[in-house]
Amino acid sequence: MFITSNPFAGLAQFGITPGMMQIFVILAIIAVVAGILLDVAHKKSAKYFFEHTERMKKLATRQLSSSEKTSMLVQVILNEVLTSSEFHNPKRRIAHLLKMYGFIIFVVSSAVLIFFYPTEQYAGFWGLMWRVGAIMLAVGGWWFFTKLRVDVLSEGKKWYKLARADMFIVSLLGVSTFGLLWCFFQGVVGSTALALLFFALFLISAVVLFGGVYWSKFGHMFFKPAAAYQKRILMADGSRENLPPFYKRAEVLDQSTMDLVRDIPADQKFGLCIMKDEPNHY
Amino acid sequence: MPTFVYMTRCDGCGYCVDICPSDIMHIDTTWRRAYNIEPDMCWECYSCVKACPMHAIDVRGYADFCPLGHAVRVHRDEEEGIIAWRIKFRSGRIKDLVAPITTKPWGKYIPDLKQVPAPTKEQRESQLLFNEPKYIRLDDGDLYTLESQGLKMRQGVYY
Repeated sequence: MFITSNPFAGLAQFGITPGMMQIFVILAIIAVVAGILLDVAHKKSAKYFFEHTERMKKLATRQLSSSEKTSMLVQVILNEVLTSSEFHNPKRRIAHLLKMYGFIIFVVSSAVLIFFYPTEQYAGFWGLMWRVGAIMLAVGGWWFFTKLRVDVLSEGKKWYKLARADMFIVSLLGVSTFGLLWCFFQGVVGSTALALLFFALFLISAVVLFGGVYWSKFGHMFFKPAAAYQKRILMADGSRENLPPFYKRAEVLDQSTMDLVRDIPADQKFGLCIMKDEPNHY
Repeated sequence: MPTFVYMTRCDGCGYCVDICPSDIMHIDTTWRRAYNIEPDMCWECYSCVKACPMHAIDVRGYADFCPLGHAVRVHRDEEEGIIAWRIKFRSGRIKDLVAPITTKPWGKYIPDLKQVPAPTKEQRESQLLFNEPKYIRLDDGDLYTLESQGLKMRQGVYY
């Protein structure tokens, strides 16, 4: 069965042994950790994070209990981490979920295939999951890259115009797309030359993805949950990052400033809001 | 007071780029975060400040309350249909202002100027603009003022 075959088992014909693949995975993990640590040290993001926390503590109006903090941690995991609730654009949110879960499934199944089924032609469930992860990553990635990327959606640039900020998404697209093509030409077409070509492109993409953490936004998957947790804490302890308090419309409509615009018909005064009314100027 | 972006808060959604009437809010090509490319050309309409869902855009205050701990923050509450501002002076004084959201749907309420009568000779010679917004009544029944409405100025609040 093609859909459960193990693409890594076919690498022996190119002289790549299981030991070499396993060393590559270990080096990739080391590169990711080193890249993130260098990134944190260079941008001083951790220093800023803790200094900002201390600054906001002075503005706090109440002390949060440990149970409240635990509850917020659970909410961050459920909302920001597992369901990407920070995205206001639903299409961007769906694309992000496809990329995130696709990437996790793809990376985990790759590691399982390399360490536990390195020479077996068929790997059953994990062979299938490797394809599912790659397809999810490719679908979400290409959708984001060609339609939803802010350069395309808001800046009006062509989808193929690249910038340094695209390093992460392009390497993800390379890993998933070239991985699927390599697997296809190796398993279905049986073309050694094309399989070797796409495997080489897959390998280059993987090196850029895991070796370029310092320059790409790979680290956001670790920083974002911490920032989301901090934001929830600041909103709950009263400091609110200097934001104004929440108001109810009924409480403020009778204030004197409202009298100055009282003749405006209600349907014109309270039109659709920005988030509910997509811009259509492109 | 032109706007600026806290890049640590920005997530590069592009709402500010969409809404900026001066086309000066753009996305940085290295980090994919928004920034004001030309503060000198900022109209100070604060559309970007209000539109930002991450509260990542602030206002660079004038010398009477900046630098040293000042802040101008805004929360746009779409459910309640109101906008609330908090101005924090460097002395620690805080002013909260609140107003209704007046954003209109895209493409609606565009004036059909073909149907508008041409200005009269008196209007042409008037100090007023031809098409003053009618709801502030500059050309029809005079302007609403605090005095005419029997309102009083509160300390620190200027209309």
